[in-house]
Amino acid sequence: MNSQPLLKVSDLSKFYGGRIGCTKVSFDLWPGEVLAIVGESGSGKTTLLNCVSTRLTADVGSVEYRMRDGQFRNLATMAEAERRFLMRTDWGFVHQNPADGLRMTVSAGANVGERLMAIGDRHYGQIRETAGDWLSRVEIGLDRIDDQPRAFSGGMRQRLQIARNLVTAPRLVFMDEPTGGLDVSVQARLLDLIRGLVQDLGLAAIVVTHDLAVARLLSHRMMVMKDGQVIEHGLTDRVLDDPREPYTQLLVSSILQV
Amino acid sequence: MTSAGNLATYNFAYLDEQTKRMIRRAILKAIAIPGYQVPFASREMPMPYGWGTGGVQVTASILGPDDTLKVIDQGADDTTNAVSIRAFFQKVANVKVTTKTGEATVIQTRHRIPEEPLTEGQVLVYQVPIPEPLRFLEPRETETRKMHALEEYGLMHVKLYEDIARNGHIATTYAYPVKVGERYVMDPSPIPKFDNPKMHRSQALQLFGAGREKRIYAIPPHTEVVSLDFEDYPFEIQKFEKPCALCGAENVYLDEVVLDDKGGRMFVCSDTDHCEDRRNAGHVGELGVAQTEAAE
Ligand SMILES: [Zn+2]
Repeated sequence: MNSQPLLKVSDLSKFYGGRIGCTKVSFDLWPGEVLAIVGESGSGKTTLLNCVSTRLTADVGSVEYRMRDGQFRNLATMAEAERRFLMRTDWGFVHQNPADGLRMTVSAGANVGERLMAIGDRHYGQIRETAGDWLSRVEIGLDRIDDQPRAFSGGMRQRLQIARNLVTAPRLVFMDEPTGGLDVSVQARLLDLIRGLVQDLGLAAIVVTHDLAVARLLSHRMMVMKDGQVIEHGLTDRVLDDPREPYTQLLVSSILQV
Repeated sequence: MTSAGNLATYNFAYLDEQTKRMIRRAILKAIAIPGYQVPFASREMPMPYGWGTGGVQVTASILGPDDTLKVIDQGADDTTNAVSIRAFFQKVANVKVTTKTGEATVIQTRHRIPEEPLTEGQVLVYQVPIPEPLRFLEPRETETRKMHALEEYGLMHVKLYEDIARNGHIATTYAYPVKVGERYVMDPSPIPKFDNPKMHRSQALQLFGAGREKRIYAIPPHTEVVSLDFEDYPFEIQKFEKPCALCGAENVYLDEVVLDDKGGRMFVCSDTDHCEDRRNAGHVGELGVAQTEAAE
């Protein structure tokens, strides 16, 4: 079953008028694999993430996803209803700003339960129990299940967003700077949590980050982007310990790090 | 309201024929797609929006000279709003009016469905303030439209979930969301959930008009209308401990009436016509007076 990739990205390009968003990007993602996309702001890493996750429409190239029935489907030609269903069941998307991925005015329990209700769960007690389990898994106390995320700290909000995405047991999660904007100590705890969940659940993930420490801790493989192109691609330890491209060497030596 | 002199120069039922045709087209589309909100070019009416101009425009577009009109507000025929709208149509359409549910061919309503079951050929026109049931959790119109189109209604249950988490039960009592014809989720306007079952497979045609929001939607006769709920928190209607104090009716929707400044109160039918009918037929409640005695 794992002898085939989960996702096949071929020759993907996106232009904003005459400006390049990202260009000629190709890669495969395997089940259970975590791929980091690193680069400075403006390098095209977020554009690439949005094109792969169909939040943006690419101008050239294709993204194929292996459905649960084993068949590859071209996401660009999939009907919108089916694609949206895929996005809220088999995929997750963790935004840098939790407010973009949460409903800030409904309770933590309902935030986690929403996906279950969206796929037809109609038993309040079971939905609440599952939501409670997930809150525990992301280290949010059960006594907070009826509180709104407005009352949560930044780190808690991010953990809630993760639980909300994982409740349907997705196979692929996209993360856009998941630890961005958090205090360093909070970041470390969140990274540990994400790493543990990804391992336990066997999740495949694509993580966009400008922080090489995040890439080091979470990813198996990484791609370095500059000016919309992938300039280096390899196993994370190899790229970070033995960077081949001069630009990557600058990044790794912290000269370019923000 | 504009003076009678001015109104006299208007077309039958106030709206010009072109506008009526436009609204009728919207109504026909609404009937063809039960529960779907059809946009229409809402017109200014000689009354404020809060008076139910959406319902008034729908009524004006379907009314013919042979119709008999009943107008209710909070279940009563004699509130200012009901009296004014009735007087308006008497003036601009010269139609027969009635307070009897059974005699009416068109009933315009706010807040209630009459207790007496509606029959084939009758039309119930609702005045709707906010037609979009998903609005309160998803303010973006582009997104709610997409949710309806793709039948993504998980959000409605999020609302009910919140209700139970906060109150221990589904505390929504008015404008309780329903699914129409196994497809569209619809806001039934601010009627009490007590009235929801009356929409289900009703013999009458039900039309909903929202003036400010420019939407018309419909439930054709005999259409399935299901109130949303959870398996372990099933939909329930309000129950009243006592029957109507005046006519003794049970299983009807009651309003609280304050009797004096010493805390005295009673519960009576909100549907005044229904109460009157029962009393005329000799039914007497706890605080009621037998009609024959009263007449003597
Ligand atoms: Zn009564």
